[in-house]
Formats: sequence, C-alpha cells, structure tokens
Amino acid sequence: MPRTARDVVFVDGVRTPFGKAGPKGIYHETRADDLVVKCIRELLRRNPDLPPERIDEVAVAATTQIGDQGLTLGRTAGILAGLPNTVPGYSIDRMCAGAMTAVTSTAGSISFGAYDVVLAGGVEHMGRHPMGEAVDPNPRFVSEKLVDQSALFMGMTAENLHDRFPHLTKQRADEYAVNSQEKAAKAYANGKIQQDLVPVSIRRTNDEAGETGWGLATQDEPMRPGTTLESLAGLKTPFRPHGRVTPGNAAGLNDGATASLIAAEDFAQEMGLPVRMRLVSYAFAGVEPEVMGVGPVPSTQKALAKAGLSIDDIGLFEVNEAFAVQVLALLDHYGIADDDPRVNQYGGAIAYGHPLASSGVRLMTQLARQFEEQPHVRYGLTTMCVGFGMGGTVIWENPNWSEGAGK
Amino acid sequence: MSTNTAELLKGAAELFPDEVVTQAHVRHLELPGAVGRFALITLDNGFDHTKPTTFGPASLANLNAAIDQVEKEAREGEIVGVGLTGKPFIFAVGADLKGVELLKKHEDALAIGQGGHAVFRRLADLAVPTFAYYNGAAMGGGVEVGLHCTYRTVSQAVPAFGLPEVFLGLVPGWGGCALLPNLIGADRAVSVIVENSLNQNKLLKGPQVYELGIADALFEGADFLEQSLRWTAAVLKGEIEVVRPEVDRDEAWDQAVARGKQIADDKVHGAAPAAYRALDIVAAAKSGDLRAGFDAEDRALADLIMGGELRSGIYAFNLVQKRAKRPAGAPDKSLARPVTKVGVVGAGLMASQLAMLFARRLEVPVVLTDIDQERVDKGVGYVHEEIDKLLLKGRVNQDKANRLKALVTGSLDKATAFADADFVIEAVFEEMSLKQKIFAEVEAVVPEHAILATNTSSLSITEMSSKLKHPERVVGFHFFNPVAILPLLEIVRAERTDDASLATAFSVAKSLKKTAVLVKDAPAFVVNRVLTRFLGEVLRSIDEGTPVDVADRALAPLGLPMSPIVLLELVGPAVAHHVSGTLHSAFPDRFGVSENLGRVVEAGKRNLYVPGSAKPELDPEVEALFQTGDVQLTEEQVRERALDAIAQEVRLMLDEGVVAEAQDIDLCLITGAGWPFHLGGITPYLDREGVSERATGRRFLEPGVASVPA
Repeated sequence: MPRTARDVVFVDGVRTPFGKAGPKGIYHETRADDLVVKCIRELLRRNPDLPPERIDEVAVAATTQIGDQGLTLGRTAGILAGLPNTVPGYSIDRMCAGAMTAVTSTAGSISFGAYDVVLAGGVEHMGRHPMGEAVDPNPRFVSEKLVDQSALFMGMTAENLHDRFPHLTKQRADEYAVNSQEKAAKAYANGKIQQDLVPVSIRRTNDEAGETGWGLATQDEPMRPGTTLESLAGLKTPFRPHGRVTPGNAAGLNDGATASLIAAEDFAQEMGLPVRMRLVSYAFAGVEPEVMGVGPVPSTQKALAKAGLSIDDIGLFEVNEAFAVQVLALLDHYGIADDDPRVNQYGGAIAYGHPLASSGVRLMTQLARQFEEQPHVRYGLTTMCVGFGMGGTVIWENPNWSEGAGK
Repeated sequence: MSTNTAELLKGAAELFPDEVVTQAHVRHLELPGAVGRFALITLDNGFDHTKPTTFGPASLANLNAAIDQVEKEAREGEIVGVGLTGKPFIFAVGADLKGVELLKKHEDALAIGQGGHAVFRRLADLAVPTFAYYNGAAMGGGVEVGLHCTYRTVSQAVPAFGLPEVFLGLVPGWGGCALLPNLIGADRAVSVIVENSLNQNKLLKGPQVYELGIADALFEGADFLEQSLRWTAAVLKGEIEVVRPEVDRDEAWDQAVARGKQIADDKVHGAAPAAYRALDIVAAAKSGDLRAGFDAEDRALADLIMGGELRSGIYAFNLVQKRAKRPAGAPDKSLARPVTKVGVVGAGLMASQLAMLFARRLEVPVVLTDIDQERVDKGVGYVHEEIDKLLLKGRVNQDKANRLKALVTGSLDKATAFADADFVIEAVFEEMSLKQKIFAEVEAVVPEHAILATNTSSLSITEMSSKLKHPERVVGFHFFNPVAILPLLEIVRAERTDDASLATAFSVAKSLKKTAVLVKDAPAFVVNRVLTRFLGEVLRSIDEGTPVDVADRALAPLGLPMSPIVLLELVGPAVAHHVSGTLHSAFPDRFGVSENLGRVVEAGKRNLYVPGSAKPELDPEVEALFQTGDVQLTEEQVRERALDAIAQEVRLMLDEGVVAEAQDIDLCLITGAGWPFHLGGITPYLDREGVSERATGRRFLEPGVASVPA
C-alpha cells in the first residue's frame, strides 16, 4: 500500500506550576498522577474543538515508574482525567527526556499514519520519588568499568564536564544562572509563562510548611528573582569539595507535570485546532555516561543533519538547564555566546525547576510562544541532556514564519 | 458578637469533653487571573474520610476563630473573598450527635442552636462575598454552613448530600429551614427537608444539588476545587453573573407546606414532631424574615433535643449504623468457612427470592431443587425475570446479568446438585416432619462441612435437626418478606449449633448485606413473636366486642408504618393464624387464637377491609363471619392492653435470653417490621410512656440511653 508521511504539529502545551521537592514543597501532599490529570483536563478545556474520543494515544513519561507514577500512567491518568475508555495510553521513560520522547515517539507514529492526535507529556514528583529510588544497577557496570562510578550522580557528571572544558568556569556558569533567573522574572512580569500554567489545588496538613488546608498553586515555586553573582558565590558545591556545581547554577529537585497535544497537520486543520509548531526533525544520541551533559551536542548535530539545516538556520533555542555548564558546553561547541538572545528567552530550568521527565514539553510550550511573537524566525530547537549519557534534540518550524517579517 | 459567641461555645464545649474537634484552617491563595488574594477555610478533623468532619461546640469555636481572622482581613481590604471547603471526600456531615446525646438541660440545647447560628451567620455578614465549595459528603449542619455563604459550587462526585435531621428527629436548625426555601423555593425545600428525610433518609448526589438550585455551579471531581476557584475569580471579576430563579412566594409556598404535612402524616401519622416543627418554620420563612426563622429554629432544636423522639431516633440510628455491623453474640469471624456454592430446597416464591439474593450477593452457583421439573423451571424462571428487571433498570450490565443467570440453575437430583454445596437452605412448607425429612435427605448427599439452614418462621430448629447425624451444622436463617427490601435476618442458634456453623451463617449474612441478629431457638424468634402478641391483643379486643375501626385506630399515636389490620392483611390471615397457633401451643396463657380470624381463613378471605377503598371499610362478607362479644373498649384501652402485652413479651424474651439485650429486639423491629426511629424500635417508647414500669415493674433501658440523661 502506498504510504505518505504526514506532517506533525504541536497544537498546544500546558504544565502545572513547578514545585520544590520535599516536605515543605507545594506538592508534598499531592499525587503525581493527579498532576498529570490536571494537565490533560486543561488541554481538553482549552481545545473544545477536539472530541476526546478522537485522541488515539496518551503517552506519559516518568523516570521512576512506581507508586503514583507507576501503573501505566498514560492509561490510568487518561481514565482519571475522564477520557473515554476507548482512548489507550502507555508510559515512557528516558529519564529527563521522557516527555520529549513521548512527543517524538508519538509524532513518529502520527507521521506513519497510526495516529491522528495524541496527548504526550511527563511528570516527576521528585519529593515522592527521589532520584535513584529503588534502582538496582547491574554490578557489571562497575566490575567491567563500563561506566565511571560518577555516571549515576548527575551533579558529578556536571563536575566532570567542567573538567573536560576547563574554560567553562564556575564564573561563567554562575553568570549564566543569574541571567536565567532575570529572564524568567521578566517573562513572568510580561505574563509569558502564566498563560500556559494550569492551577493545581494543593493540600497541606503540616503546619511547619506554612498555612494549612487547601491552597492553589498558580506559579512556579523554585524561582529566585533577584539572584546575584554575589549570592551564588558562597553556595556549597555538594558534588565535589571545592567544585563548581552549586544549587545556584543547576536546576533543583522539583515536582511537576506537563502535557501537550500533538497532531497530524491535516487532522489539526480539519478539526480547527491551532498549529503552533511544525516538527522538522528529531534525534537522540549517546555520549559517555560520565559526561552526560554534553549529550545535546551530538543529538543536535544529528537532528540538523537529518533536517538538512545548519546551526545558523536556528533562530530560537530552548535548552534545558539541568546544569549551567551543560548549556554552556552546547553553546561553546557551536560558538554561540553565553548570553546569546536567541537562547532561552524566558529563562530556563535553573529558575523554573526541572521535574525530570516532564521538562521536554515545557521547552516546547515556551518555544511555541516565542514562535508566535517572532514570525521572522523560521526554525527553533528544543534540546536536553539525559542521564546515562544521552542527548535529545527536536527541531521545529514556526508556522507563523514569513520571510518578510521584521524583528 | 464573636466574643459572646466564643463564650457561648466555650460553655457548650465543657459539656462535651470527648468531641472529635474539627479545625478550620485558613490558607491564603492568589485567585487565577490576577483577581486578588483569597482566604480559603478548610474544615478538617485530622482523620481520613472514614471519620467524617462534624461540628461540635469546640469545632464551631474553631470556625468562629477562623472567621474572626478573615473578617478582619476583609474589613481591611486584604482579601477579595472567602471560601469554605472540606478535607478530601468530605465537606462536613453536621452536628456531632454524641454531643447532642449528652445534653440534659433545655438551655444547653438552646445554646447549641444559637451557637451554630451565631457562627454560620457571620459568613453572610462579611465585607466580601463568601463561597462554599461542596467537595464531598455534606449533611445537616455541613449543608447549612454553606447555605449562609453568598455562592455555592458542588462537585459532581459528591455521593451524599442532604438534611437528615427530620429522619433522626430534629429540624435543620442551623439555618436550613429558614434559608433553603428562600433559596430554592418552598416546594423543593420541603422535598429535601421532609420528603427525602422521611423516605429512609434519601440523599442527593452532586448533580441533583445543582439541579435543585442549591449550588450555583457544578464541576467534575477531578479538578473540582481548581474549577471552583476559577469560577470564583470569574464571579468576582463580573465575568459570570449568578442568576437564580425567583422564588414563588404566593400560594405555591402554602401548597408546598401542605404537601409536606401530607407526607409527614403518611409516614409518621402525627406521632413524631420533627417534620411538623420543620414545616412550621418553612411556612413562616415565606415572609423572608430570616432572623425570626433562625429564632424559631433555635426553639425547635431545643425542644426536640429535650424530647424522647429525638433521643430514640439517635438510639435507633446507632443501632442500624453500629450494632447492626457488629452483631451481639456472633462467634469469631475467623471460624467462618467459605461458601462457594449454595443449594435451595424448594422452588416456590420464597425459595426463588432466596436464590436471587444468594446469586446476586454471593455470586456463587445456586441450585434450586423441587419435586417436579415444572416447579423447578418456574423457580429458575422467576430468578431470570428478576435479573432481567435489574438489567432493564440499569442496576446490572449485560455481562453481570449473563453471569447471574448462569449462576442459578434447577435440578431434581439433590444428590448431584448438592454434592459440592457448602450451604443448603430449605424454604418448603412449614411442617416439621417434612423439614426433618428434607434435612435427612440433604445431609446424606452434602459434604461434611456444609451448613444446613432453614428459613422457618416458627418451628423449632433444635427439633428439626434432632434426627440428623450432625445437628451441629444446622442454623435458622429467617428472612422477612419482601426479602430484597427488609434488611433483617434472624440467625437462630439451635441447641447444638456449633460456632463454626454460626460464624459461617453470620459471614453469609454480611455478604448478603443483611442486618443479622442472633436469636435463641425460641418460638417465632423475635419479630413474629412481638407482632403476633400485639396483633393477638387487638384481635382479642375485636373478638370481645370492640368495633374493628376502634381497635384498628388504637395504635395510631405510635406512628407505626401500618395499622394492625393492614399488617394482618400484609402478612396474610392464613400465615398469621398459623403463627399464632404455634405460639399458642408454646405459650397458651399469653397467645390466643382468634376464632374470628380462623373463620376468615377458612372462608379463604385474604383481606378484612374492602380492597382499594379510600377509607378502611370492613368487608361485609368478613363482617358477616364475625361473632363478637359485647365488651367495647375505647382506643386508649385497646392501646394500653396491646402495649402492656408487648412490654410483657419483650421482658419475657429478655429473661429467656432470646436475644442478648433489649437493643437487639429494637434492631429487629426497626429492620424487620419497619417500626419507626422515633419509637427507637419499641423499648425506648415503652420506657418513656411508662408502659414498661406499669407492665413489668422496670424499664428496659437505663435513663440516658434513648432518653434525656438524668
């Protein structure tokens, strides 16, 4: 049978406000699956032209798939969100790139013709499921020296990255972090972020954490507007004595969820759904696990090659900020300045937080908003590093692009 | 105002030291859409949903303190609104009845009403709008606290919402009677306050709360609070205008109250005051004068709290809610054996009803046996029809209907059908020799561990099992007709019944969702013995010369579900006559056999009254059969005689050890005969009317149990 690949588009994306993991965090008493449910329902409310029964798949990522993040979350969250029983779902894990993989996997299936429209997203409640919970690494990793012992500890891999690129100093990382906080505060002040947040009811029974009873999360908890180089200078380096990676130039431990609607372009047009971004190409690539932060370099090379584009064609970058040094490693590779205005215009994970498997869709949602505002930009990319030595990159085309549009 | 209220509640709290105290947490949040800072009060007693949040005096004081805080913030312009919601699955379920039971003085009872009003009313008087978010179960005072708010939302997932006060013997006295008709109109208010309450405390679900107009908006459970808060923001911004239908204050209001009175008359026949007091307040609320309505609520609450009907109602409520779940005298449940297949001997109507119940509740194979194929087919056919009815009503789906039908089969061959049955119940004609023969046949074919149960209503189970090799596995399993409706199951321990068999019987009863009461193997057990004794006295009065209508009206002040003659017709003259014969042979000095009833049975009459006649009218054919004396008693004399007889019989039953306590007799009468809550079954009524002392020289229950404590 003849087969034509279909164009795939990003229709809409939302997320919960991100919280700080731990007993005082806003989501400490909120279930991870409920965070996903709120996102799915918000997407359906925002897109009333999409009949829920037309959704072909619910792909939800989580790194630690146990407890309230287990039980085939895509399926269970779909039922909990009130989707018809006929809508299937599944779970995805590629650690930090979980939601990104949820998007690319389903996008591939859409292009193949298996789906018309899907829900793709991710969640990580790092308070309920700390990194490394119940992991059981094969002893051969160590006995056969397959990976360095530091590979399992992301902060150590970031220190390793500073070792590999000595010119990417702590000073540059801190400057980058201050800039990220400033850009995020500005984006908030301009209402860029709130429009894609779904408010989440939050219960607190521990009065040591603040006012008790029901509350409402409407903004990101981890943000630290007003951060200065001086305030970052004195922070501890928990991963290595006299090291360079601090809580200030890295994303924290966070709770949150994201979700997006991904569709075939023809289907979106038929249903009258918005087309915010058009998928151009995507790629994942592996690197040595102990320097996982450099992963976006080869994945970006690969994605560009597949798209037949060069880095100069990319007008906007959404790079996940797991660690400042990891962003710098990518920019440095391509000769892009640390403070290039095309990069992370709304700030990044250092400010908002990085609930591992959820973050990929946050990057896309933010890029989509930037596309809307900047029709002179034709291509943008979202990229992130991934534990155990990987990177993922997705290149998008701006449907609002017109050649003549001015800056 | 709040200081006085605080004093009032402090005094009330001292009377109730064991209150499970509800906290009223105030938490601030930013409403979506930059509408402003909002104070949300969460009612939470610190336990999970299995212990619902209630309002005792200390709880009210906590809410009062929370309102102190938000009132100040509202006055000073720090907040744009105040919300009220509950812990997960529960909004609040009203006053703590344990505290009500402790009250001894009218003034203390008055303080409870006033205290609730004083606190709740403040929600209407704040400088900012208030919003109640009914997130979960809401009853009584829980519903009422929300009625004082400016706006209400309700979750589609709310499983239970209502004003059960009248059901217990109270009025919705924290604003319910005055506010609800002014919000949704008198007719709907009467449905909620009186009709539902008297209809076995029927409760509403979330969507109905919205449809009735009690809530202004309805949201799904998955993000109820988020959507309620968004809605709140839209209301405060003026993007949503809440429009409620105009309440009809003309004749419709009076008609609604009259309808309520009719419902109350039909149900309690004027015998319990609560519904009437509630309707009086609803009637007065037509003026819209809320202050006067609240004062009337306070007075009604205090009067009712100091009355025997409410105390009996709470006692009865505790019997069916608590005692029914932990049957007195039941052996350790770990002794119970699994029941994976059930046999039913007989395929008549009763047997078929039992087969239906066992199949539906236990979901194990059930085999009906009888003496010929036609009867067996008819029995199985009956069950299949009943399952189809459930399917039509949507109570079961097609898969479940298929499953249930496949479970119920018929057989003529007991040996094969019962070879692997764990529980066999007989429901054949009430004749000792027949039942003994059947048990012998069944014993010969069932496995060693199988329980043999009998649905006899009056025969001795000890005697029935006396010829068996293993009489220890025989139990009485006495259901009440209609089996699907009446909750009671009298479980009879015969002389040699062992603990394992009895434990299995209780375990089966629980699976059948029946209220099981352990009774001794005594003639007619509990319900039939009490009913027969009392009917016997009424019939004796008639036989002696009291006109039927006078005798039949005699018990009206009790508000029983039906008059003696109507009860007799429901039971059927033949069955009633048979049971009275059994009891007569056991206790000839107390149980007579009415010759007139005998003649009615002999003539094949099923009714004494003309069927379908608007007012009770003795059938002339029956009248012609009657041969009576010339002693005419008044209603009061008949009543005294009947009540004395009941008291005497109950006392004898307790002395004989038929049941563990008077509470079990009351539980039997409530769940097996539908005797009303306001009588507490019967012993609280006999105590408070002085019948117990007069007839037996002592009370059944200590003062304070089902009555105002001394």
